[in-house]
Amino acid sequence: MLKIDTWKYAVVGMICALGFVFAAPNLLDKATADALPDFLPKSQISLGLDLQGGSHLLLEVEVGVVVKERLEALVDTIRTELRKERIRYSGLGAMSSGVNVTIQDPAQAQKAYDIIRQIDTGFQTRLADGGQITMELTQKSLQERRVSAVEQSIEIVRRRIDPKGIKEPTITRQGDDRILLQVPGEDDPEQLKKLLGQTAKLTFQLLDDRGSLADAMAGRVPPGSILLPSVDEFGLDGKPRLYLLKKRVAVSGDTLVSASLGFDEGNRPAVNFRLDAVGGKKFADITRKNLGKPFAIVLDGKVISAPTIQGIIAGGSGQITSGTFTTESARELSLLLSAGALPAPLTVLEERSVGPGLGADSVAAGKTASVVGLALVIVFMVIYYGRFGVFADVALLMNMVLIFAMLSVFGATLTLPGIAGIVLTVGMAVDANVLVFERIREELKTGRGVLSAVDAGYKRAFGTIMDANVTTLIAATLLFVFGSGPVQGFAVTLAVGIVSSMFTAIWVTRILVVTWLRRTRPATLKI
Amino acid sequence: MRIKLLPENPNFGFLQKRVAFFIFSGLLVAASLGLFAVNSLNYGIDFTGGIMIEVKTDQPGQIGTMRKELKALNLGAVELQEFGAPNDILIRLQAQQGGEKANQAAVAAVKQALGDGMDYRRTELVGPKVSDELFWNGLYAVVSAIFAILVYIWFRFEWQFGLGAVVALTHDVITTIGVFALIQLEFNLSTVAAVLTIAGYSINDTVVVFDRVRENLRKYKTMPMDELLNQSANETLSRTVMTSLTTLLALVALYFLGGEIIRDFAFAMIWGVVIGTYSSVCLAVPLLLRFGIQRRSSDDEAVNQQP
Repeated sequence: MLKIDTWKYAVVGMICALGFVFAAPNLLDKATADALPDFLPKSQISLGLDLQGGSHLLLEVEVGVVVKERLEALVDTIRTELRKERIRYSGLGAMSSGVNVTIQDPAQAQKAYDIIRQIDTGFQTRLADGGQITMELTQKSLQERRVSAVEQSIEIVRRRIDPKGIKEPTITRQGDDRILLQVPGEDDPEQLKKLLGQTAKLTFQLLDDRGSLADAMAGRVPPGSILLPSVDEFGLDGKPRLYLLKKRVAVSGDTLVSASLGFDEGNRPAVNFRLDAVGGKKFADITRKNLGKPFAIVLDGKVISAPTIQGIIAGGSGQITSGTFTTESARELSLLLSAGALPAPLTVLEERSVGPGLGADSVAAGKTASVVGLALVIVFMVIYYGRFGVFADVALLMNMVLIFAMLSVFGATLTLPGIAGIVLTVGMAVDANVLVFERIREELKTGRGVLSAVDAGYKRAFGTIMDANVTTLIAATLLFVFGSGPVQGFAVTLAVGIVSSMFTAIWVTRILVVTWLRRTRPATLKI
Repeated sequence: MRIKLLPENPNFGFLQKRVAFFIFSGLLVAASLGLFAVNSLNYGIDFTGGIMIEVKTDQPGQIGTMRKELKALNLGAVELQEFGAPNDILIRLQAQQGGEKANQAAVAAVKQALGDGMDYRRTELVGPKVSDELFWNGLYAVVSAIFAILVYIWFRFEWQFGLGAVVALTHDVITTIGVFALIQLEFNLSTVAAVLTIAGYSINDTVVVFDRVRENLRKYKTMPMDELLNQSANETLSRTVMTSLTTLLALVALYFLGGEIIRDFAFAMIWGVVIGTYSSVCLAVPLLLRFGIQRRSSDDEAVNQQP
């Protein structure tokens, strides 16, 4: 018993030393720690949003919208193609995940089928008797759409939230169609939601000058046209003014490369934009062909303005003006436009934000509770176990150091429930020592000598300690798997605490006890 | 100044009083289930969906006017309560009809009504989709934890031990829920975490006693079973009490000093430690007798290896 191999001393000493080294950066403030030379560990425990303040938003990408848009586009293409080939059809329309059309002349059905099949290979196309053609979106293609819509949304969200790259937001994909956005330090989620509330899809569309607006408003919208409301013009009845536009998008906002705040001739706020080469050329063509005609600028299905084309706009640069732009709203719109359009609207499923005041209060309360809890346990152990209590207390403090070291190395996030986990660990960590000490007491009672009792105490308690701690680890693991956010933080500190407490309670105290026994060689032992 | 919490060689008759314990626990469980059925739980917004806003006002005593202002918004049930301090107010709104968008609108309306003069300490909004998932995930977590522990103990011991531990554990979980139903503390995600930790703690306690039972089964081949179980419980009693006390000390510090948000969690844990300690000694061990544990012939070999 008194012989502990030198290598075991070395390993335990090494682990403890590493614990101090890796826990140490947490004593420094962030700037000092970052300035440390690279060969020193400098990762600190990061505080969760509930401790440092910040916003957490769980967003859902409305993938259905993407699919619907794609189906509508497909319907348009089919219509154009069939008309070009002069094939008569009926019942052309989109269903939930596919498109239906019936070819009236059975003789042309095969030809129509061959044309339609080529349009989009992401669909499975079938020709039924009676000339009915169905196109169904394949699972694979649906999934690809979903994935790309979410990936694209993540990118756009990042650009909108953090255009300058300074806020360190965490933006992660969750499940099939969700995005988790966490922005430390931003305690006003309204600001974030304002930036994410619009898809910001910009299009330039010509007005339908042949159709009658009155007819359209009465429900007879000409095919190929669409009735859209104005953003800021209202009629006498208070309802938004309506515009009759060609459905076809003349120039799409996809081709926009940059947008910025500008001012028009009247020195009113406006948005300046620049299109890429393709968009610029299209823009020039359209303006040349439609000189003197009105031209609508549409954002998310609403007409911002419909100026008359005064001259050919070449070079791809232009300006969006509106009677109601303020400097603020023009700047916001230019930011949204440069970040790009979201492929689909985002819905906020869950929102949690913590102000910096509450975060700081929580940290302070957590610190106090941990220190007081630790002190109570330390005093109690000494009172109850005397010298052995001191050994256990040394192990307990070492345990705290190791917990902080491990949390720092793993880059774990400390949350408020995580602090609770640490306090709880303080209480439970001494359990392994209690088991050992009680066992030694019992062995002494059976009349064993001091050394043999201590030896047997450690050996026999070990199995019990393992069994008892594995069950708690099971609970911690399940907490981690099923929990979310802060609760996971609790599970992590609990699990880390259990593992390190087993090490310190068994090995650190054992070395302390053995060293003490070797020095003093007591004839009797009082625990 | 050394203290003794227990007599040198404790010899409490846990097994003799087992019928009393069974009746007591049976009543406790029945009362808990009854309370749960009658009162239900005060589910937090994690599980019901809804909105919670904590604000700090400049001066105390504004809760009345705030309540009036918010009631005027017609957002359904609005609850306001002081949260730890007279100028710290917790506002709760029920989940709004009309899903995610309506919830967003309600938060905006509240913030507009209260104005910018307040310090918004935290805002939590859980939509119906997420609250459903959180609820089911919480339930899965508790059920699968109990099942995993059953399997582990069964694997390490005998089925009687596994069953005994799980009955004790379920007892602890049900009575904890009973306490929450009784005093209507908010039942939220942290509470589920607390319940799972209680499960882990309670089982930890039980395993220590069971371990001793197994050891004594090998050691004392002829001792009557009830006597053997009683002795095992008594031998480990001082450890059981010690660990419970140190854990309680830490938890009491957390309860009083850890801040308002963590208080209910600490309360649940304190209850769990007390009930878990009771159930390990007074329920799990006597249950082993009830389930009829056997000495096995394979234990003979084990005993020879013991010095």
